[in-house]
Amino acid sequence: MQASGQSPTPLPVSAPRVAVLDSAAHVGSVSAWKRARTSIIKARWPLFALIILTFMLFLALFGPSIAPKDPNRNSLIERLMPPFQVNEETGRMEFLLGTDALGRDIYSRIIYGARISIFVGVAAVIVGGFVGTLAGLIAGYYGGVIDDVIMRLADIQLAFPFILLTIMVLVVLGAGVGNLIIVLAIGQWVTYARIVRGTTISQREKEYVEAARCLGASSLRIIAVQIFPNVVAPLTVIASFNVASVILTEASLSFLGLGVPPTVPTWGGILAESRDQLLGGSWWLAVFPGVAIMLTVLSLNILGDWLRDFLDPRLRDR
Amino acid sequence: MWIYIARRLAQSIIVILGVTVLAFLTLHLAGDPTYLYVSERASEEEITDARQRLGFDRPLGEQYLRYIGGLLQGDFGTSLRARKPAIDLVLERLPATLELTFFALILSLTLAIPIGIISAMRRGTAVDGGVMLLAMLGQSIPGFWLGLMLVLFVGLQLRFLPISGHVPFLQPLLDGDINTALTNLPQTIRHLILPGITVGVFSLSRNARLVRSSMLEVLSLDYIQTARSKGLPERAVVLRHALRNALIPIVTLVGLEFGFLLSGVVIAETIFSWPGVGRLVFNAINQRDIPLVQTAVVLFSFMFVGLNLIVDLIYAQLDPRIRLN
Repeated sequence: MQASGQSPTPLPVSAPRVAVLDSAAHVGSVSAWKRARTSIIKARWPLFALIILTFMLFLALFGPSIAPKDPNRNSLIERLMPPFQVNEETGRMEFLLGTDALGRDIYSRIIYGARISIFVGVAAVIVGGFVGTLAGLIAGYYGGVIDDVIMRLADIQLAFPFILLTIMVLVVLGAGVGNLIIVLAIGQWVTYARIVRGTTISQREKEYVEAARCLGASSLRIIAVQIFPNVVAPLTVIASFNVASVILTEASLSFLGLGVPPTVPTWGGILAESRDQLLGGSWWLAVFPGVAIMLTVLSLNILGDWLRDFLDPRLRDR
Repeated sequence: MWIYIARRLAQSIIVILGVTVLAFLTLHLAGDPTYLYVSERASEEEITDARQRLGFDRPLGEQYLRYIGGLLQGDFGTSLRARKPAIDLVLERLPATLELTFFALILSLTLAIPIGIISAMRRGTAVDGGVMLLAMLGQSIPGFWLGLMLVLFVGLQLRFLPISGHVPFLQPLLDGDINTALTNLPQTIRHLILPGITVGVFSLSRNARLVRSSMLEVLSLDYIQTARSKGLPERAVVLRHALRNALIPIVTLVGLEFGFLLSGVVIAETIFSWPGVGRLVFNAINQRDIPLVQTAVVLFSFMFVGLNLIVDLIYAQLDPRIRLN
């Protein structure tokens, strides 16, 4: 969804983009858009994925106006109502996807849940991606001791199961959207740092960087204007995959009771509450939020796959 | 080789130190940890007393050194609820967790390799497309949701496989009681199937995709052309020549996979009431028994780092290119 919009020129990494040629690159981006459109329609699956994601994004943005009920309104008379039941008095389906043990409307809770899941997913990837990209640019451009320190830190983090530390930090700090985003972002930065560092090192020695340096451009300007545009393309692919994995992790943490406070409806949280009702046969509590998570994550994965092939045709069918 | 071992060992020690620093700091993240140890109605005096007794009034550096010193002597801290050494509680539950983790690992590898090979050999066909779509689906299903669905539809509806309980296999084996272990084995496996699928599906899907792409890569190399042109049957080319090299990336991942599976195990255990470390941690989270969570995290990290070290060393022994790089 965000991917091709963010990168002005989805060219292969090997094609360095020179700032002076901005206008020419802009002309190129129009045809890139067209190419993307043809390719996504031809591939079919990514198109479905895009439609589903747009729908989820729509739910997340306009949730409060779409949701038929207040997600926290409870009513013990209407507890554990099965889905798709037509109310005989009104002739309408009062609770499309049923209600939970407190009589709260599952449909509305899932719509509100989309907000949290997608917001946390995107925010964690943006924060982690920003920090990681910055670290990678610095490590790759300057090299030496800074590079060593940053990369050793990355090694330490990669060398043990991060979710365990996540659990521990959240146990101590307590649940909350802010804490969740920070912790998930910490889990993200390494991937970006490593890839950006690699690209930066390969770009650093190129003639166009050399030329900029001769013209008296500062390091900051070279990093921001010359090198950064060349690392954007691969990052968009990783970002789309990572939003998927962050949404999964967030759901698991909420399931463990470590995500956001219980009053905030999240997909993982609704699933956690469903566990007590399973033996009673209230299957709808467990099925629908899971389908929402799966559709979102699957769409992001399919779209990420397509984007990778699109940006680097050599990888196709691998 | 010795240089490689030394370098790899040094790396592992740095990582372990890093983990302990993080685990130690986490305890202090939320402020004075003394309050975890005293009752809510404790007087100011009692709190000061406890702070001194527990050593929380000392400088952080000194506290960390004491913590490391304790770890070296096998003292990981005391569980706040059970009032017992936390490490004993974790070790007690460890065999059940290892059974589940290894079962999932075996499940994932034994299925992923043939699936990946078949998919690669029939590249572009409906079989390939279908398998890869399924694999994509497997990577997108939240493990805990799959667990709930298995409980709901396979466990409760079909009533064929048990949805809770555990029959120990590893524990009697460790106690030297081989007979009990062997008699238990069929029941152990029956109880392992649903939680094992829950834990293993993600890595099964990822590995199948990985085997496929790695296989395709190898099959396009020159030596495969040579093997084909000297008239070897395709079967022999794939299984004897290509597979060995295609599996290299999988072997490297086995160590990492273990850590990955462990995090899935925490969730699967809570769903299937599996009496392992995961459920212990889950309960400790709910009771805010931080030293117990800390112990489990540190111990798992040690195991993870150790396992990866072993995998890397074996690997370097098998493939000289690794240690020369």
